[in-house]
Amino acid sequence: MIETRGLRKSFRSRAGRETKTVEAVRGVDLDVTAGEIFGFLGPNGAGKTTTLRMLATLIEPDGGEATIAGADLLKDPGEVRRRIGYVAQGGSTWDESTAREELVLHARMYGIAKAEAHRRAARALEAFQLTEFADRKCKTYSGGQRRRVEIALGIIHEPKIVFLDEPTTGLDPQSRAHMWDEIRRLRTDGMTVFITTHYLDEADALCDRIAIMDHGEVVAEGTPTDLKREISGDVVQVGLDLAATGEAAKLLDGEEYVNRLEVLEEGGLRLFVDEGATAIPRILRRIDGAGLDLKSIELHRPSLDDVFLTKTGRSLRES
Amino acid sequence: MKLARDTWLIFQRQLHLLLRNPVWVFVGVFQPVMYLLLFAPLLKPALNAPTQAEAYKIFVPGLLVLLAIFGGLFQGFGLIAELRAGVIERSRVTPVSRLALLLGRSLRDVVSLMAQAVIITLLALLFDLRVFIGDLLLAYLMLALIALMTSAVSYGVALKVKSEDALAPLMNTVAQPVLLLSGILLPLAFAPGWLQGVAKWNPFSWAVEGTRALFNGDISNDRVWQGLTIITVLAAAGVYWAARQFARSVR
Repeated sequence: MIETRGLRKSFRSRAGRETKTVEAVRGVDLDVTAGEIFGFLGPNGAGKTTTLRMLATLIEPDGGEATIAGADLLKDPGEVRRRIGYVAQGGSTWDESTAREELVLHARMYGIAKAEAHRRAARALEAFQLTEFADRKCKTYSGGQRRRVEIALGIIHEPKIVFLDEPTTGLDPQSRAHMWDEIRRLRTDGMTVFITTHYLDEADALCDRIAIMDHGEVVAEGTPTDLKREISGDVVQVGLDLAATGEAAKLLDGEEYVNRLEVLEEGGLRLFVDEGATAIPRILRRIDGAGLDLKSIELHRPSLDDVFLTKTGRSLRES
Repeated sequence: MKLARDTWLIFQRQLHLLLRNPVWVFVGVFQPVMYLLLFAPLLKPALNAPTQAEAYKIFVPGLLVLLAIFGGLFQGFGLIAELRAGVIERSRVTPVSRLALLLGRSLRDVVSLMAQAVIITLLALLFDLRVFIGDLLLAYLMLALIALMTSAVSYGVALKVKSEDALAPLMNTVAQPVLLLSGILLPLAFAPGWLQGVAKWNPFSWAVEGTRALFNGDISNDRVWQGLTIITVLAAAGVYWAARQFARSVR
């Protein structure tokens, strides 16, 4: 459904006299199959939005090629536009317009006739549970309602693919869960969904496949489960006082069953081990033996953050 | 035809939003009416005009051109608000004609200017201004072309600078000398030779003189066709340039 090879984009920024070239996206290869929710995960400034904007025909790539829903992005952007929907990060509705007006106008900008545009708007309002406020001005909507209008706008022309740029940023937890359901419903309706996010739990819960992006490059790609499985073993998180953390790290760093050790800023350690069940008693013995005060111990499967950490050497939460 | 259909679509939307907020219509008329009521009475003695109607014949066309220039030049602010709301980007991902995005907006501005112009002309009729309908329509054409040009240019600049803070001083800097060098408030006939020489390079001074000639019933005056030609060429250039800004980076 989406196939890109070596997609590149750099921007020139001026700081005083010097012109600096920032390589925002440096050669991205992606293969997105029809009917999946594909997630683009990465910290802010990783190049997610730039890539998305290139795919949505909003900025011209410097190099590389891409085929989107069967149309060539560089040779025929007009055809790409007809086949895709795009929902921007910062919103796209006008305060003084109503949801119905926005939907009808947007449908008509795709060349849909007036009567049909009204029918589609009514259907979309119904599907997104907006009928109640359909004829109120957008400025009176809550954040979640407005997001729903924007998603409805993005799919009013029944595209094959819809691009959603950080669809849940700024929403409260309840609206967020609601939005996830909406996005899953798009997939049920047969659409391919391409989202960007910097939320790990979102990528994990929502996406069929993800690509992790950092510094303009895709550093990992696969299903969330596969990516996590790549980091073999378990993670043991040990809760310790800040004072005890340093000593415990020294004690445990040399142990042969500890594959890697990460010191947490707020105190405590994360230990990557092959098998949690056998490692925990040994860890406990070491800490107890040194007379250190243990506050908690947890065992869990690696998270996408651990994947990010292994691939980039940084934690997504810090970046 | 796609361009006409898309332009009509954008025009309808913009006009609808304008009419939804009738305060703007009121504001747009209030100021020129104040000029008409509070400034124009000074003109009869100042211009040494034989009657008040003669003074209005000189002042009203200038006032209308002033409205067309300023009304157009400050339309860019609305576009910056639309850019910020994401409305323009949303339009750009659709296959809608890029030229229509500009023309639909500029035509709305032309229509709202025409409404203002009609109201002011009607009021001036109460003050004994008399003008032939044919001449008046030609004068309105001139005004429409001026508004089309200034609003298109304003939109183009707005897309380039993308901020109100930059647009306001820029437009004021352009508008002020244009205003002073076009003999809008007082005819340039009173100006010293050097000032008249400079004003010759201001296309709007030709437009003002042409419009005044029309209000004077002097349709055969050379300034009429000269003014119309100059403004038509500039309007075409302004629309072309601004349309390119709209299409930019979005092929």
